[in-house]
This record gives sequence, structure tokens and C-alpha cells, in this order.
Amino acid sequence: MSRSIRIGNGAGFWGDNLDAPVALARDGGLDYLTLEYLAELTLAILSHIRLKDPSAGYINDFPELLARLQPILADQPNLKIVTNAGGLNPTSCALRCSPFLSDSVIGVVTGDDVLSRIPDWLQQGVLLNHLETGEPLPHELADRFMSASVYLGGVPIARALSQGARVVITGRVADASLTLGPALHEFAWSRDDFDRLAGATVAGHVIECGAQATGGLWHHWDQLDDLAGIGYPIAEVLESGNSIITKSVGSGGTVEVGTIAEQLVYEIDDPTRYRTPDVDVDLTSLQLHQLGRDRVEITDCRGVAPGDSLKVACVYRDGFTASGLVAVVGRNAEAKARAAGQIVLDRVKRAGFDLADALVECLGAGDVVPGLLRPENPPREVVLRVTVRDSRKAAVERFCREIAPLVTAGPPGIAGYASGRPSPKPSFGYWPCLIPRTFITPRVEVRPASEWKL
Amino acid sequence: MNTIAVADIAHARSGDKGNRANIGVVAFDGPAYLWLKEYLTGQVVHEYFQSIGIGTVVRYELPNIHAFNFVMDEALAGGASRSLRLDTQGKALASALLELRLPAPTHDKEAS
Repeated sequence: MSRSIRIGNGAGFWGDNLDAPVALARDGGLDYLTLEYLAELTLAILSHIRLKDPSAGYINDFPELLARLQPILADQPNLKIVTNAGGLNPTSCALRCSPFLSDSVIGVVTGDDVLSRIPDWLQQGVLLNHLETGEPLPHELADRFMSASVYLGGVPIARALSQGARVVITGRVADASLTLGPALHEFAWSRDDFDRLAGATVAGHVIECGAQATGGLWHHWDQLDDLAGIGYPIAEVLESGNSIITKSVGSGGTVEVGTIAEQLVYEIDDPTRYRTPDVDVDLTSLQLHQLGRDRVEITDCRGVAPGDSLKVACVYRDGFTASGLVAVVGRNAEAKARAAGQIVLDRVKRAGFDLADALVECLGAGDVVPGLLRPENPPREVVLRVTVRDSRKAAVERFCREIAPLVTAGPPGIAGYASGRPSPKPSFGYWPCLIPRTFITPRVEVRPASEWKL
Repeated sequence: MNTIAVADIAHARSGDKGNRANIGVVAFDGPAYLWLKEYLTGQVVHEYFQSIGIGTVVRYELPNIHAFNFVMDEALAGGASRSLRLDTQGKALASALLELRLPAPTHDKEAS
């Protein structure tokens, strides 16, 4: 049996279960705890936070979590942490974490933030065409970019670990790199040993969304013990590149071939070419084996050299948005709700604002997936949701004030306005593109926690 | 004609990448995979989701895990950060696809 390391992922997004990483670190027998916080949308939110405070823009849950993990880190001197909690500001994140890591070394990976380089690239004629549509990047839109982050890989994480870091904080990295980095460090695989790189990348892909690998979203949800205490996933990555996915003994949920298979096809494109910065993985070669209860082995992963490009995720400002909700009950609930939504939009128009974009949804009448899951009988209770977007904050503010009058002036049976008036929030657009790999040099800084001070 | 729902022979999960959505469908077993391979084509899925205004649908096959991946262009009315829909990230699409009805496997007495 080849050597293995246990990597547990305690967060699948920013806002995930606060207690999961503590339970996982305490009970998981881990070598590494990873925490994945950065969905595509998260960057948009962080860019807005950074705009208001240049020292912010990281995941502030992470320093708070470290405070709770302190006794566990003291009990388990070999436990290390790898996280992309740095968001748009990994260095600030490290500063905030330093008080909770008195005897430890913090490694910070940067070089992913390329926002300041975009204007130069455009001037040099670098094409930043939209990755999905191929559309060229309009200069007017580039001027509104609030963040531009390239997806880094596992290599700089491995470098930080090899320089003695106990906690590695990154900005944008490919999610699976949080697992690949520790494996690269521990097994010293060659950078072109693509099948093994693929194996660790697949393990990382499976655990990156936390409980989605261990019974979250499972179709037999009603047969699972203790979903409230669901265990977060652990990957035992072997030196061979194979891995075993499991969870802590006694935790809720399930690890089965089916839960792993479903996660393998989650948020992917062409499965024969699952692209990451370090390796392109063929997900159609691998095999899953149920080894025992809550233990699934992944073997036969195949990988090839990655392409010459790296993906950049850009976020631009796109006006303001707001959304109002009320319940509508009684006979003809759906018709009343749709009419009430239109009344709100008409009122905004009469106030002089032609909204750029608006949507009326009737939740409970088949609007979540529009037109596909209509109720068999006319619903006597629906939720009206009206959502707008416009470049003018005043227009969106006016919309926010037009929900409440429905309670007295709209159709009968409208309830639930007590939760209060909505407020305008910034709206963002997303522009993914590719740049040549040669443009990017990841930076790794490793220092004792006490030296990460202002 | 006897029909089954996709949910009778498979489970599924969906999510987003920009303005693209994907739905991973995993068949319960080998025969179910072969049935879906014949009847749950990219074109069938494309027609099923017409009402939400999707673009092209590409079906990828993963016979090793009895799964398919359907990648759907323009499925999210602007993507997670920009869509006005409640389900900006396409999380509900898998549950919707599981309700699609297909001809029932004739050899399978369980399905009707």
C-alpha cells in the first residue's frame, strides 16, 4: 500500500456550515484541512467590499474560524490548512490571521490579481475575448472592471508548504488545486506526471463543494441519518494518484459511488478535458469502487498537459438591483400575483423611470424553472417576487418603495410585507477570458505569523 | 405508451459556469444508462428546456460512471451575478430534468 495523506474540505463556499470545519478538523484525523470559499459570484461581492475598504476583500469568516481552531491546531501539531480565503486580498487576510497562529508559519500565494494589468494588455492588443461567447472585450466595459483574477494552480501552494508554511492563504486558485498542492508537496511528483496530477485533481474536484460529496443533495435524502450533522468529505490521496473519498466516523450523510459520481459531473464542461492550471483531466477514464461503508476509491485517472492559457475571471459593475417579495393567497392567487407585479412596474414607470430590466416571478406557480414544473391544480398560495436592475440607483430606489403600497392598493390577499422594504444592491457582470500562461508569475511569501504584521 | 420519469432511473445535479448551466445525470445502473443514452438525447433536453430560453445543448457521455453531462448555453439569463431570476445558478434545473418523461423500458417490469 502506497503512502497516503488525508485531506478534508470543510467549506464548499462562503456562507457554508460554520461548524463543519471545526468538526472535520477535530474528528477527521487530517493531515490537511482545506477551505474553499470562492464561487464566481463571491469575487463580485468581495470586489464591492474592497472598493469601500482597500484593506478588506478577503473572507472574514476565516480568521474567525482560526480562532475556534486554535485548540485543535495545538492538539494536532501536524495539521495544516490550505485555503483560498485570501480572496482579493490574501496579504490582509494573513495579517488578520496572525494573532491566532502565534507559533506557526503563514504562506501567502499572490499574483492572481491582474486588475491593474488589464489596461496595458488591451493597449498591447492582447485579446480578452469572452470565453463563452467569443465576443471581444469592449473598452468601455474594461473600464468598469472591479476585479480580474487569474486561476492559479497547485504548484505555488506546494512551494509555500515546502518552505514550511502551516497555513497557506491564496487568492483565486482552481478549486481542486487546494488538494493538488498538498499532494504535490508530500509526494514530490514530477510536474509532468500527469496521471497522478489528474488523480489528486479529481479528488480535489470531488471534495471542493463540501457536503455535496457526502450526501448533500442526495436523492435518498429521506433515508440518511443526521443530515444536520453531515460529515464533510475527506480524500485520502495515495502516492499512486489514486484516492479514497470518505468522511469522519459517526458523522451524518453517506459516501457512495452515486454521491461521488454525481459530484464528478458537477459544474463541468467537456468531461474528457476537465481543465485546470496544472493538468487537463479525462473524467471518462476513471473508475469508482465501493470499498466499504462510506469509502469510495477512485482509480485510473488520466491526465494530459494543460494548455498554454490560464483562465481569468473578471467582474464589472453593472448598475443596481433589488428584489421584493410578498405572499399572495386565496383564489386566483397566481393571476393576482402577476397583476400585482405589473402594478409595481407600472408605478415605477409613471414615476418617470423606464427600468432597464425587470422580472416578475410567481413562486409556487412554476416560475423557478420557468414553464416546466407548473402545479397540477391552481395554487391558492404563491410568492410574488419582483426583481429589477438599472444603472440609476434612484430608479431602483423608487422600485423599492412601490412594493409596500400593494398591501392596501393591490388585489386582495397580499401578505408578508412586514419583513421590510428592499434596498438597492450593486449588480455585477462576469467576463471570463483567457491569457497566455507566460504573463503570470505566482508569488509565494512564507513568514512566521508574528512577522505578518502591519 | 407507458412512460417513466428520468427520476425513476437516474439521479442528477446541476450548476453554473458563467451563463452556462450543466446538468449531470447519473443512471442507477448499466441498463438505465443505455436507455438514457438512446432516449435522453441532447435534442430531447433542448426541446424540454425551450421555455426557459436556452441556446445549444451538448451531451457528453461518461459510460465509466453511467453518467451524462448536459451543457446548456444561455441557460441562466445572464449568469449568477447578473440574472434576475431566483435561481440564478441553475440549481433547480436538475430537479426539473428528472421530471421529464421518456418511453418506459419495455423489458423492465418495475417501470410503468
